[in-house]
Amino acid sequence: MWRYFAPAAAFLVLGALFAFALLRIGQGKLDVHEIQSPLIGRAAPAFALPSVTDPTQLVDSRALAGKMYVLNVWGTWCGGCREEHSALLAIARTGGVPLIGIDWKDERDLAVQYLAQLGNPYQQVGSDADGRTAINWGVYGAPETFLVSATGTVLAKHIGPITEAAWQEKFVPHLKAGGGR
Amino acid sequence: MIPELGTFALILAMLLAAAQAFFGLAGAHRNRLSWMQVVTPAVTGVWVFVALAFGLLTWSFINHDFSVNYVATNSNSALPLMYRIAAVWGAHEGSLLLWIMILATWTLLVAALSGSLPVAFRARVLGVLGLIGVGFTSFTLLTSSPFTRLMPAAMDGADLNPLLQDPALAIHPPMLYIGYVGTSVAFAFAVAAMLSGRLDAPWARWTRPWTVAAWMCLTCGIALGSWWAYYVLGWGGWWFWDPVENASFMPWLTTTALIHSLAVTEKRGMFKSWTLLLAIFAFSLSLLGTFLVRSGVLVSVHAFASDPSRGLFILALLLFFIVGSLTLYAIRAPTLKSEGGFELVSRESFLLLNNALLIAAAGLILVGELWPLLMDTFDLGKISVGPPYFNMVFLVPALPLVALLGVGMHAGWKRAMLQSRRRQLLTLAGAALALALLVALGGYGSIGMPLTVVGLTAGFFVMASALIEPVEAWRRGQKLPRAAIGMAIAHFGVGVFVIGVTGVVSYKVEKDVSLAPGESTSIAGYNFKYLGTQPVVGPNYEAVEARVVISRGGSVVSDLATQKRVYRVQRNPMTHAGIAVAWNRDLFVALGDDLGGGKWSMRLQYKPLVRYIWLGAVVMALGGLVAILDKRYRVRRTAEVPALAPGAAGKRA
Repeated sequence: MWRYFAPAAAFLVLGALFAFALLRIGQGKLDVHEIQSPLIGRAAPAFALPSVTDPTQLVDSRALAGKMYVLNVWGTWCGGCREEHSALLAIARTGGVPLIGIDWKDERDLAVQYLAQLGNPYQQVGSDADGRTAINWGVYGAPETFLVSATGTVLAKHIGPITEAAWQEKFVPHLKAGGGR
Repeated sequence: MIPELGTFALILAMLLAAAQAFFGLAGAHRNRLSWMQVVTPAVTGVWVFVALAFGLLTWSFINHDFSVNYVATNSNSALPLMYRIAAVWGAHEGSLLLWIMILATWTLLVAALSGSLPVAFRARVLGVLGLIGVGFTSFTLLTSSPFTRLMPAAMDGADLNPLLQDPALAIHPPMLYIGYVGTSVAFAFAVAAMLSGRLDAPWARWTRPWTVAAWMCLTCGIALGSWWAYYVLGWGGWWFWDPVENASFMPWLTTTALIHSLAVTEKRGMFKSWTLLLAIFAFSLSLLGTFLVRSGVLVSVHAFASDPSRGLFILALLLFFIVGSLTLYAIRAPTLKSEGGFELVSRESFLLLNNALLIAAAGLILVGELWPLLMDTFDLGKISVGPPYFNMVFLVPALPLVALLGVGMHAGWKRAMLQSRRRQLLTLAGAALALALLVALGGYGSIGMPLTVVGLTAGFFVMASALIEPVEAWRRGQKLPRAAIGMAIAHFGVGVFVIGVTGVVSYKVEKDVSLAPGESTSIAGYNFKYLGTQPVVGPNYEAVEARVVISRGGSVVSDLATQKRVYRVQRNPMTHAGIAVAWNRDLFVALGDDLGGGKWSMRLQYKPLVRYIWLGAVVMALGGLVAILDKRYRVRRTAEVPALAPGAAGKRA
């Protein structure tokens, strides 16, 4: 009656998996806390959103194709966005790569006022009022920042307020390799 | 001195637990009465020394002994007394001590209330519990002692995680642990049955109240956790499919299945090996939860500081208990014989379906829980399995489960005479559908989502169906046994829960807004007016408090305060939501960020029927309580209990 041993055998397999996982965590080869976007290495989701600064214009991912760009998801209601704003302004000045903003679940006049007050780091800002685009990008909290290659592939992602250190670590290597300048 | 005494008490407790395990198991194996008689004093001794250790750690917290590393990392001189006591189980080491304390208490209760059991059987049960005690006490002593000194002592403590400074959270872990650890009693009964080869109706009857008691505490613990998450995490969600929530939900599903399977084993002498397997699974999943939470292999809001060496130790414990018991099962199960058969339509087949669906749900949740780890470990890519998966895999078995419940309750054993009830059940189902449509269209003005009416109908039908028997008995002037009343109450609770979930999922309204003082906005017919903020100072935090007045049709419904707190030591901000409660809805305001110029972002939510989720859980647990109090669990049936040892008969009179 070997079938009665199936539960024990199944559990041994599970135990082996756990032991292997622990071993790899111990060796520093496995970091479960690192959340990588499933988008990385894949094609960036397309979007076409009315521009915040000029609602008659569209911010269209097709028009952005052919050069690298940084996509930043933000909102006037988001404290972390306010926090990262100076870093974004610095990146816009010296990063050598255009910033595209996605104003997430926000009201247009508030966004215009916000950018006028704090400065506008974005080359273009699209208004994602119903949050559809952010869903496509797998955003679950603002701010989030992505790097998209000239061929439209997502290269990097940062969750939470971006800092100079995070920018240097996650984004700059791609810019150098991909000839962002 | 005090922490050293604590360590010493814990060492003594471990040694006594070892004695309890050895004399219980070996004594029963060799049938030596004098050995078995050592077990009860050993159980008492374990409890005394564990309680002493627990008391000493609590003392260190109350008296701010920051020379104890665990106290220094989890308390602060400004922490109020209540949270200093709750901080004892606020992190890994202390919560393990709580685990051991609860195990010792369950064991003591089993020892005290099992006088009618055959001596050898009782010795085995207590022996297995002793073995579990040795495992966890040595784990604590060797890898996670809460009594380790800090040299030099800290000037002040790093404070308790602000998320845990809440009354619901002070009782949520103990309640949940009582449930978790309670599954070890059913496990011990199962292992003792396999060791002795005795698995009959009395065995099932002894096991049932313990299983129901554990299930009850698990139910309350999970509900408390959900309630806590609802208002403390500030998001207004009540279930997140967080890995740790799942870790508590899987044992719950399995224990629920076990309760039902035990009923068949008791009444009909069937499903025996399945019942054993479920008892092992329930405990295994509890242990697995402990492992997942404490080893650092999963990411969760609940996860304790990770440490692979601890992980390996628990994994070894896990493998010992689970593989050991499953091997015993593999040897024993082929010899178990079913005592009867049943027809296609019978209570047995309904309960079989119930078990299959509950275990399918638990299994699918387990797959979702472990899949990311599997992928990650073998470098197959990082994935996360989220609510869409869990909602789906839970809904698919849960819907038929609830639908079958309303009918299955009335199926007779062996062969159901559902014909006699058919008309009654159909009438009730029709009435439930009408009521569901009335609530959906009349109460909320829309059919809602595709499953809204299905959910409401199922909820009302189960509630009504659960009441059939109590109402009939009451009309005839008969008295139902407490077990039957308990069952009706628990199933009624399931209906209440389903109504709550359906209502809140279908008709909730959420809105993120930014408001300046004096501005207002409205959702779901309620007007929220933001009055302004003022600073508030708490014992160990500073806060900004916003006042929001909610009105409907011109009359004020509620005047709410919601706070954003910054705890002085840990500095992380915490939202303290303002909630206006009514029988049919919650209005929920959570303060977001300061947007400058007096403006604040806020999340406003309208949560219809949300209270029924927790009320349903409480009613389920209450049903369990009533069922445990059934007379037949207390009356000692001498005739059915063969005396295995000479001492046994003398104890019963």
